[in-house]
Amino acid sequence: MPDSQDAPAADLPKARIATASLAGCFGCHMAILDIDERLIDLMALVEFDRSPLTDIKKFTKRCDIGIIEGGCCNEENVHVLQDFRENCDILIGLGQCAIMGGLPAMRNAIMHSDEPLRECLEEAYITGRYIRNKTHNIPNDPALPLLLDKVYACSEVVEMDYQIPGCAPTGDVIFETLSKLLTGKFRGFERETIKFD
Amino acid sequence: MTAGETAGAPASGYQDQVAQICDSYDNDPHRMLDILRDVQDRFRWIARETMQTVAEKTGLTQIAVEGVASFYAFLSLAPKGRITIRLCDDIVDQFAGLPEVTESFEKALGIGIGETTSDGGFSLEYTPCIGMCDQAPAAMINDVIVTNLTPEKTRALVAALKSGKRPEDLISPDFDDLTPHQRAVTMVENNIRHAGAVLLGPAAPDAGLKNALDLTPSRIIKELEDSGLRGCGGAGFPTGRKWRFAAETEAERRFVICNADEGEPGTFKDRVLLTERPHLLIEGMTIAARAVGAREGLLYLRGEYIYLRDLLEEVLADRRARGLLGDGIMGVDGFDFDIRLQLGAGAYICGEEGALISSCEGLPGEPKTRPPFPVTRGYLGFPTVVNNVETLCHAARILDRGSKWFFDMGTEGSHGTKLFSVSGDCLNPGIYELPYGLSLKELLEMAGGEDAAAVLVGGPSGAMIARDTFDRKLTFDDLATGGAITVFSKDRNVLEIVEYYMSFFVHESCGYCTPCRVGNVLLQKAVAKFREGLANPEDIAYLKDLSGTIIETSRCGLGMTSPNPILSTLENFPLVYSAMAKPSKDRIRDTFDIQSAIDGARKLAKRRSYVFDRDFSQ
Repeated sequence: MPDSQDAPAADLPKARIATASLAGCFGCHMAILDIDERLIDLMALVEFDRSPLTDIKKFTKRCDIGIIEGGCCNEENVHVLQDFRENCDILIGLGQCAIMGGLPAMRNAIMHSDEPLRECLEEAYITGRYIRNKTHNIPNDPALPLLLDKVYACSEVVEMDYQIPGCAPTGDVIFETLSKLLTGKFRGFERETIKFD
Repeated sequence: MTAGETAGAPASGYQDQVAQICDSYDNDPHRMLDILRDVQDRFRWIARETMQTVAEKTGLTQIAVEGVASFYAFLSLAPKGRITIRLCDDIVDQFAGLPEVTESFEKALGIGIGETTSDGGFSLEYTPCIGMCDQAPAAMINDVIVTNLTPEKTRALVAALKSGKRPEDLISPDFDDLTPHQRAVTMVENNIRHAGAVLLGPAAPDAGLKNALDLTPSRIIKELEDSGLRGCGGAGFPTGRKWRFAAETEAERRFVICNADEGEPGTFKDRVLLTERPHLLIEGMTIAARAVGAREGLLYLRGEYIYLRDLLEEVLADRRARGLLGDGIMGVDGFDFDIRLQLGAGAYICGEEGALISSCEGLPGEPKTRPPFPVTRGYLGFPTVVNNVETLCHAARILDRGSKWFFDMGTEGSHGTKLFSVSGDCLNPGIYELPYGLSLKELLEMAGGEDAAAVLVGGPSGAMIARDTFDRKLTFDDLATGGAITVFSKDRNVLEIVEYYMSFFVHESCGYCTPCRVGNVLLQKAVAKFREGLANPEDIAYLKDLSGTIIETSRCGLGMTSPNPILSTLENFPLVYSAMAKPSKDRIRDTFDIQSAIDGARKLAKRRSYVFDRDFSQ
């Protein structure tokens, strides 16, 4: 099989990819799996390092690409994101939460309050109409990371190199973008692939 | 005000009074703005119940009435004090001592901005530019203008009002005996610093109108086309062409509207023309009516200039009595034209001609989709000529002295003279009538503002110019302006000025289209980030990108020009932005401060961060 397309790529060292889900719903990671059988083609080009997909919790070595789902709503998100920035050459924001804060950023709309965070938590755990919380307390286990004053987009915390829009982005867009990036052919998105009407 | 009113319901028997107001306007829904203004004047606010009565009388739904009532800043849906004090919060006023004046008002009245005293006596609020930048800080006290405010003056004003004096008594002890013109000039200085040949110099009364009556309508328009006159409100559309379009459209009725809604911050030239040359203006409107075949005219006066209402009504009545308005003007059979004064109610957007027409029609002041343009389908769907005050005055003078006389003044493409409203950090703020084509530097020298570090030409929708380009010319082709020249010294913070003007546009966007309603908020926030030192270098590109989107996708002139304060300062003061932008360290944003971001949660949870508090283990 001398004409196999994988042949040149197979000679190159595989690109290392790390992924993380911050303040997101894991939908974007699910969307990565929507690549379906093309995952096999992709795996010929890459190997995964730290990621929920591999269950590796810490970077084993420096990575070429970091993929981030979700924005930053707590201190742990910030910590992970900064860790990714330090250990990855290229950072990609995947989906609307990473790019703009997304659905979790709805709490940023509580702004005409002296203590927006308290107001948000009290409504979520104590005063909300449909809450059934018998403890009448806001959860405060020491293992819970501290929340930020508001939800930040990833680009507000570190520099991001690329952003793939969508909620969630389709498997096609993810595959196209990643494979073009890996072969150095990425020149931006085709309008047809990212428009929603 | 009765106890009932302060409790949130109108006085008893309100229905009859409201019905009476509606009857006085023939229950015409197109007069909604007048009706609601009168309701506001009578009850000091527009209660839900009164809106219901207005809706029944005019045959509209209550929500349609509420749509109008809630649109205009001077109409209030909550009870207002018997005396409403509106402080002009333009940036020029702020630099002229507004913070101290505000503080002294707040102290003297015992209320903050946006509040009403518990006895229903006073309300205090901010309002954007009221056209008094040459005598800032200024304020409206009900329908009265007070200027050159100081904390001492403020205390004296409040003491007099509290002792039961009317706002009018603050101006003159025998206010009621003064003529409307005397009242206007006692309240507000004209500050005419340089009178030119066309508008502010001597002129023979109604000479232009006399000449016009000897000409055919088409010949009048030809005269204007030959003069090179272009609209003086800012856009600069050739006036003759506008009139010709309207004249050539087949229609049963046609209208002439004078746009006296000069809301562009820093502009006050029309104020001076309305005070000193009202006859010339009406003459110009009458000529326009003759040219396009209009029988009806409207003079749309901005709500802030309500102190000129009596003056203008007197002028209209006088001209009617002298046969210069009404049926058979100057004895010409079949030349009938009359003018109705339409007051606005505090909405900048109504200076846009489509919004102005909406407002005249009794609707919220939202712009209309173009085309069709007003010259083909305007007020009530009929061809309508909308011209600025200055333009109409020019037209009257052109008919008097001829198109060549006018054409020979100024420069190629910008003919005649222009009124410049100079304000801010200069020795002689006021009105300068000068031929087009002089340089900004020359104007600054006349006004005693040579030391300026920055000059805003054409108000916030114009351009902010830096010292190195002060030799640019004031013409349509170089520095186009509706007349506002706002001077800023080296002590002023350019970003503060830009942020103020963005907050102005946020406030004045009518909210119809998203790019303008939301985009301007995002722009203001981005500029605020620069001021706080929290901006990234990439935010400069973001400002440009977002500005481009707003300009390209907005429906009317407001959104198409609102990013100008940012774009022109980015171009002419790039260092102001780059100096405030903080680069990242190792690609981690230096502008994101984790400590302040988790501070609230730390206090709520009563524990420290195990990630970011270094001494956590101790």
